[in-house]
Amino acid sequence: MKINWFKYAATINFYALAGRVIPFFWVAAVILITIGLYWGFFKTPDSLDNGMKEYYRIIFVHLGSVWMAMWLYIMMVFWALVGLVFNTKLSYMMASATSITGALLTVVALATGAIWGKTSWGTWWDWDPKLTTFLILLFIYIGYIALQSAIDDTRRSDKASAVLALVGLALVPVIYSAVNCPDPTQCSSLHQESSMKNIEPNIMKGIIFTTLGFWMYSFATILMRVRNIILQRERNTNWVSKLKEVN
Amino acid sequence: MLSAFWLVLKRDLLLALRRRSEIFTVLFFFLVVISLFPLGVGTEDKTLKQIAPGVVWIAALLASTLALERLFSSDYVDGTLEQLALAPQSMSVMVLAKMVAHWLLTGLPLVLISPLVGLFYHLPSHSIGVMMMVLLIGTPILSMIGAIGAALTLGLRGGGVLVSLLVLPFYLPVMVYGSGAIATSMQQGLSLQPYFMVLGAFALLAIVFSPLATAAALRISLE
Repeated sequence: MKINWFKYAATINFYALAGRVIPFFWVAAVILITIGLYWGFFKTPDSLDNGMKEYYRIIFVHLGSVWMAMWLYIMMVFWALVGLVFNTKLSYMMASATSITGALLTVVALATGAIWGKTSWGTWWDWDPKLTTFLILLFIYIGYIALQSAIDDTRRSDKASAVLALVGLALVPVIYSAVNCPDPTQCSSLHQESSMKNIEPNIMKGIIFTTLGFWMYSFATILMRVRNIILQRERNTNWVSKLKEVN
Repeated sequence: MLSAFWLVLKRDLLLALRRRSEIFTVLFFFLVVISLFPLGVGTEDKTLKQIAPGVVWIAALLASTLALERLFSSDYVDGTLEQLALAPQSMSVMVLAKMVAHWLLTGLPLVLISPLVGLFYHLPSHSIGVMMMVLLIGTPILSMIGAIGAALTLGLRGGGVLVSLLVLPFYLPVMVYGSGAIATSMQQGLSLQPYFMVLGAFALLAIVFSPLATAAALRISLE
């Protein structure tokens, strides 16, 4: 059997496919996030060994959005790279749709982090490496979106923002290490080190379910946005004009 | 290949020397920003010493981004850039020449005038030397990272603000270690070698990768 690997690289096919799978991603997102939050709120201990009380439960939203914000950046760079290599217009559309959801989840991560910081450190904001890097990540997302919307010619805006995304990926680790160790001879920070290894199993379950739910939510919104972009860019084509009007 | 490098470098320097006012605009912008901070923050000796490293670098970053727009724009408008892209020689090499010229015109003057900043901010002479050194290593990196942003935003409406938005976050590591070195130099008995090594590593990485990225970005913008 011969498989046509590029069947869904054609916008007309992808538009239909995305339309079919979006409802499933939404259902999965709602179910997973509900399970995760239920587990997180009712099946986990009221306070942790290190003195954190009920308020630690914001972790179920915080961690999910933090991971997604980083993953979506990598996904965005992946699509940008695929676009630059194979010159497929759909990949650029995927990258551009991903950037908005990524920026949004970065804001969520920063906001939940600030609330958690207020309750546990007593301050909304601290110039701690992880917080600062996330702020920079948000700036890079914004730069990507700004560059894309500043260029009218879509071919150029796609490629230029793809190059910017690649440069950003190369520089984010450097920025992280710079804010992590402003003094190259020693490192320290207020934000706790990742403590995923000795985490309570019930909390872990909550985190896993909400994070998977966030994945599904991201897929659903990205695909919806891609469908919009396809319609916008191909509004003059035959197949779009034949689509049924939906109110 | 080397002759292409020298030709572009000489041409850019010659063009800039015919219109010297542009060099001085950047330089005076740097000085104005530097002298605004003490009036805004306070003129006590201790405060001045504390803010000096950060202020110098922020002023250098802003001056560098302001100057970026000129890096390619006039060549883009009169078509020279397209000729460079069509030339058989490697575009990265010619882009590197343009970066070097840009740095000689906007970065080097900042380095040379920075002792004045040291006097404004009551820095010890030892720290002034360190400041000149880190600016000497750091400002070329700013020109090279900035060139990528300048190439991406070539010919866009409102490109000046956009390029600042794009490249300022990427300047952060240079600023952190550059100002860190100046701050450390004011304390006794601390080694500055790590700072110079990290900055030197950044400079080498920038020399290798930024001409490639800038050339790719220019080709996209010229399409």
